[in-house]
Formats: sequence, structure tokens, C-alpha cells
Amino acid sequence: MIRTQAILLKNGRIIDPANRVDKKASLLVEKGKIKAIFTPRQKTPPLPKKLQSIDLQGKWIVPGLIDMHVHLREPGEEYKETIETGTRAAAAGGFTAVACMPNTTPVNDCQSVTRLILEKAENAYARVYPVGAISKGLQGESLAEFGEMKQAGAVAVTDDGKPVTDSQLMRRALEYASSHNVMVISHSEDYSLSRNGAINEGFVSTSMGLKGIPHIAEEIMVYRDLALAEYTGCPLHLAHISTQESINLIRLAKQKGSPVTAETGPHYFSLTEKAVKDYNTNAKMNPPLRTQKDLEAVIEAISDGTIDVIATDHAPHSILEKDLEFDQAANGIIGLETAVPLALALFRKGYINAARLVELLSTNPAKILGVKGGSLEIGSDADIAVIDPEHSFVLHERDIVSKSKNSPFIGVKLQGKALLTICGGRITHNAISD
Amino acid sequence: MSSEHLFAHKHILGLDHLSVPDIEHILNTAESFKEISRRSIKKVPVLRGKTVVTLFFEPSTRTRLSFDIAAKRMSADTFSISASTSSTTKGESLADTAKNIEAMMPDIIVMRHPSSGASNYLANRINTSVINAGDGTHEHPSQGLLDLMTVKEHKGKIKGLKVAIIGDISHSRVAHSDIIGFSKMGANVFVSGPATLIPKKISRLGTRICTTIEEAVNNADVVMPLRIQKERQSDPLIPSFREYAAFFGINRQILQVAKPDALIMHPGPINRGVELDPDVADSSQSVILHQVTNGVAIRMALMYLVLGGT
Repeated sequence: MIRTQAILLKNGRIIDPANRVDKKASLLVEKGKIKAIFTPRQKTPPLPKKLQSIDLQGKWIVPGLIDMHVHLREPGEEYKETIETGTRAAAAGGFTAVACMPNTTPVNDCQSVTRLILEKAENAYARVYPVGAISKGLQGESLAEFGEMKQAGAVAVTDDGKPVTDSQLMRRALEYASSHNVMVISHSEDYSLSRNGAINEGFVSTSMGLKGIPHIAEEIMVYRDLALAEYTGCPLHLAHISTQESINLIRLAKQKGSPVTAETGPHYFSLTEKAVKDYNTNAKMNPPLRTQKDLEAVIEAISDGTIDVIATDHAPHSILEKDLEFDQAANGIIGLETAVPLALALFRKGYINAARLVELLSTNPAKILGVKGGSLEIGSDADIAVIDPEHSFVLHERDIVSKSKNSPFIGVKLQGKALLTICGGRITHNAISD
Repeated sequence: MSSEHLFAHKHILGLDHLSVPDIEHILNTAESFKEISRRSIKKVPVLRGKTVVTLFFEPSTRTRLSFDIAAKRMSADTFSISASTSSTTKGESLADTAKNIEAMMPDIIVMRHPSSGASNYLANRINTSVINAGDGTHEHPSQGLLDLMTVKEHKGKIKGLKVAIIGDISHSRVAHSDIIGFSKMGANVFVSGPATLIPKKISRLGTRICTTIEEAVNNADVVMPLRIQKERQSDPLIPSFREYAAFFGINRQILQVAKPDALIMHPGPINRGVELDPDVADSSQSVILHQVTNGVAIRMALMYLVLGGT
């Protein structure tokens, strides 16, 4: 059993959109649960004798953040990240839960792998929700056993990292998943258009001599999967949306009442293709960084609700995969420890309010995956993040908790930081003394 | 040299990084070195005691020999390393290969590599001067410079000339360096070819895209067809060489719309009868072999300048 203690988070700004709360108050954690929330004017509830009391004047107290798109690399690529190091990075970034993608070795395409991940995650620093594969071995040929994986603890299915090229297989995946109440997550990419591509196709790819990935490679597949979701009536979640036209398509589908949700990554609203300057492989990912116009469309979609979730697509790679010629380098960047400051930039610039920020990073992913958390309900498990929205710092490689250091934000000045993370009443990250 | 220009580049990675005075200085330096190759004793001592390593990860005859001859004419010692495949499939990383070579204290590494940006990668990691002899589909600066030199020699100027580059612009590092170089020096660059071979937004590099080759070649001072490949990495680009030659090949007939004294250039190797009619390749308008001769002078100048010559 994990030992938990009573904690009093005093005088912070409690932001809990699920309960329509945004007020200055204190929050008491006892026996791993949220015991009470009370404002300075309200009567203080009886406090236990042994109590850690933390003054949080000017800080935000929010439901623990939930990243519904991470790669923990275990089993198979433990030199890049493990469930332990990945969840420590999550805790350091304010996350109390992560959903991990199935493209491990072996692939999480059956209950035994799902169980293995959950066993390894028992003492992790965050809740781990395995996402199973859509197709056996991510081969795109036949359905994996959704029912058994769900029973074992999987919360969704995806072939993330690869598209499901066969439209019939994707249709059947949506239909079959709905019978098991499992969410299907689409990695939308028309591989015949994107194959061998390194960065977004356009002036930057032309001038750097790099093979481009056209934005239509994403949009064509977004459209196909939206059409399948509408036709079958089955729910669909679209991962890592990066282009303006994808967003237009999703907006239209939502207007028609299709059961679809969508996520984007912090890099898609923080950087453009220009970040690959001088062949910086830490700015190489799939889908690639796009143009200013796409970045603006992503921000608009975040503010108007077309995008439901900010998920990092945390993709650790070691220097073995990254310190290479650009076209040889692997796709992906780490994201768990920079999501809060990057999302806060949207808040500071006035694109979203604080409640919306919490929805994007906690309430909505909990709802979409059907997992606990996402609110500060009295009596619920104490999954809490304390955020200092003002704290400025320059990201140094040595301060990164994740085992891999492939971040394009190293050396960049960021504002906003997770000060304290509490998962099930246990403090998993504490930067208050820093 | 008589020029007052201070050449401050340690590496030659592309024409993108060179200023107009830099390019002029290189061309002037090369012009003055050209005479050395006509002497009976073709050797000057300017790079005596210097070591030049040519590191080629792609096959090359012309460029490699040209760098080798250029270095030897300057009395440098030259060494060649070939790798038929990329460094990663060979098992050793490019950084390791380069650091091992560097540990033997060469003065210049001349590298050709199939990955765009490989020379930038190298220059960021080692202290030795790097000269890019072609990186992926990015740049081929010495070829761009020898093309500028050849045109300047024959036309007396570059500014205001119309240069037509025809064919596979997408996969040609030569086209890329030429578009940048000729535009910087004030020429008007026009490109044409099947749309499958014209990269996105290439016009922002300072060139005009023509839908027909007649439009590109019309009144041109320089016509440069590029080597064509039918497909690359399972990407279908053109249906057949036969059809390409019929619609986009440079022949006598299409040259009628160019200036009568238009120069015919080609970076080589030529697919005779595909992008260039043999008749035209061997005509008096063709300066293809002058390009090769000038290549030696340009490479002499580049090696001299990156090692601090003035």
C-alpha cells in the first residue's frame, strides 16, 4: 500500500470546470481522497493532527492533468523511457494519469501485454491507462482482441504511429469497438502521400532539400475517418491534429452531430516548420510542424471547442535515433514536462480562460477515455495538480526528468510550472522548495 | 589576390550562406587559378603540407576527381574514403566517422552524402573545414559556382541574363544551388519541367515557374537541362523516357526560340537522347566540358579560401 498523508492546500485558486468552480479556497486531502474544499469565509472543517499544510497564495489548484497520448516505450525500448521514468516525467509536468500508446515491442495487441504494462505500472508516479492496438501487430490486417484488452484494463484502441490504411478494417474497428465501449483513436495519415517525408511540404522543405509531407496527407485520412464515424454512428477520437483543413473538417462533423473528438499537441500551437532550421532533429515529428496559418487555426480550434484535448504525444528517443542526418532521425519529441507552460501561453495571450485550460488538459481527456479524475469532486481520489502560472524558467537539458531529452524547447524561456502533483493522495512531484 | 574582400567562411555548405561579394571573390580567385591547369608543370605550393580528405557516401566520378585534381594542383595531400551506403546502414554513425577522420588532423573534409543537411550536421560537430560536394537534394555549391563562372566567362556578365533550367528541379541539388546563385548574381532564372518534378513554392527562391519549356527557353541566354530519373523511391514521376524526351527534351527545334548564342549547360552525367539531344550536347553552343574544366579552378579556389587564403 502507498502511504498517504493528510495535506491541506491553503488559499489557492481552485479551478474545477466539471463542478463549475473557480474560486479562492483551501482543499483538504485525507486518506487519499478529496475531503473538503472551503473558502476563507467558510468554517474550517476539522483537521487531522498530523497535517502537511502548504500555503498556495496565487497558485492554481486543478484536477490532476491527464495526457491521453504518450509513448512510454516499455516493454521493448527501455533505454528511451520506462513506465517509471515516463510517469515521473508526467508527475513533474503536473500529470496524474497518462494513456500509453501500443507501439511497444511486443505491441500491446492482446490482454497479456496490457496486463504486463499495468503490472509494471503498479508503483508508477501516475495512473497508467494502456491503449491497445487496432490491428494485430499494428500490421493493418486483422482486428486485435478489443474485448479482452478492455477487460485487462485497456481504455482505447489505436494503431498510433501508423495509419489504418484499409478503410474496411477501420470501419470494422469502429463498429466492433462500440460493442465493447472502447474508444477508437485515429492516427490520420495517408501514407502513400507522406512516405519518406521528413517535414511539412512547402517552402521550408524545398529550401532545405527535404522530402515534404503535404498537409493533405493528414486531411484526406481525417475526412475518411470522420465519414466512417458518421456512417457507422460510432465514436471516434482524432489524434494529433495539425492542419487548418483538418480542423475545418472536424468543425463541420461536430456541427452535423457526429460523435467525434479531437486532440492537438502543444508543439502544433507553439512552433511552425521554421523550427527545423539548421536541421534540428528535435523539431522532427509526425505529423510535422506546419505553417503559421495552421498554427493559428489550431489555436482558434482550441478556443472555440473544435479541439477537445491537449495531449503531448510524448515520444522519447535517445541520441541514437536523434543525433543523425535529418532524414535518418526518428520522429517525435518529449512533451510531458513542457505542456503546462506551453498551454499557459494560450491563457496569457487571452485565447482561453483558466477553466478551458483545465478542460483541455484534464476534464475532457477523462471524459473521452471514461476514466476517473478530471474533477475535484469531494470524496473522489485526490488527483491534483498545483500550478504556478507565473514562474519563469529556461528549460535546461539537465532538468528534464524523462529519460530522453529530445525537446525543441531546450534553451527556451517558458512561463508556468507544475509545483506539486498529488496522485491518489500521494505526493508524486514537489517543486515548492525549489 | 588583388581583391580587398575578406572571405570569412570556414565551411562551404551552400550558396545560400554566401553573399554576392563572397561569390564574386570566389569567381575571381578561381579565374586567377585557372591558368595553373594550363601550365606544363601543373602544381603550385599554396597548400603544401595541407591534408584534404574526400569522403563520398554516394558514387561520383566527376566531382570527386575534380576535387582531387584541384587539391593536388595546390600541393595538398589527398585521401579518399568511399562508402557505398549511408553511414547508418554501415553501422558507424556519420558523427563517429567524421570524428575519427578529424582525429587524424586533416585540414579539409570534402563530403558528398545522400542526406540533405549532412554537411551542416558535420560542420556543427567538427572543427575541420567542411566543403559540401552535394548533400541529398539540398545543395551542390561547387557546381553552382562553376556554373556561374562558366556563364560569366562566356557572356562577360551574369546580371540580366535569362537562365532556363529544365527538368527534375525537385530532386536536383544542382538546380537548387544554381537557382540561388544565379538569382543572387542578378540573372533571371526560369524553371520548367513536368509538374511532378517542380517542388512546392520553389518560386520563393527567386525563380519563375513556366508551364511550357518554350516559355522558359524563349529568348534564354543559358539553357540547362537536368539529368532525369524515371522514378525515385517508388514515387512515379514520369511514364517513360521516350515521352519525356518528346515533351521536355532539349533539341535543335526547341532551341530555335532561345537566343542564337545561348549556352547549353549540363551538370552531368548526361542521359543522351533523354533530357538532351546528342546533336545539341556536342554542338558549338555547348559549354559542358568548359564547366568541367572550370570545376577544377572553382574547387582550387574554395580550398584555398576556406584555409584562410585571400
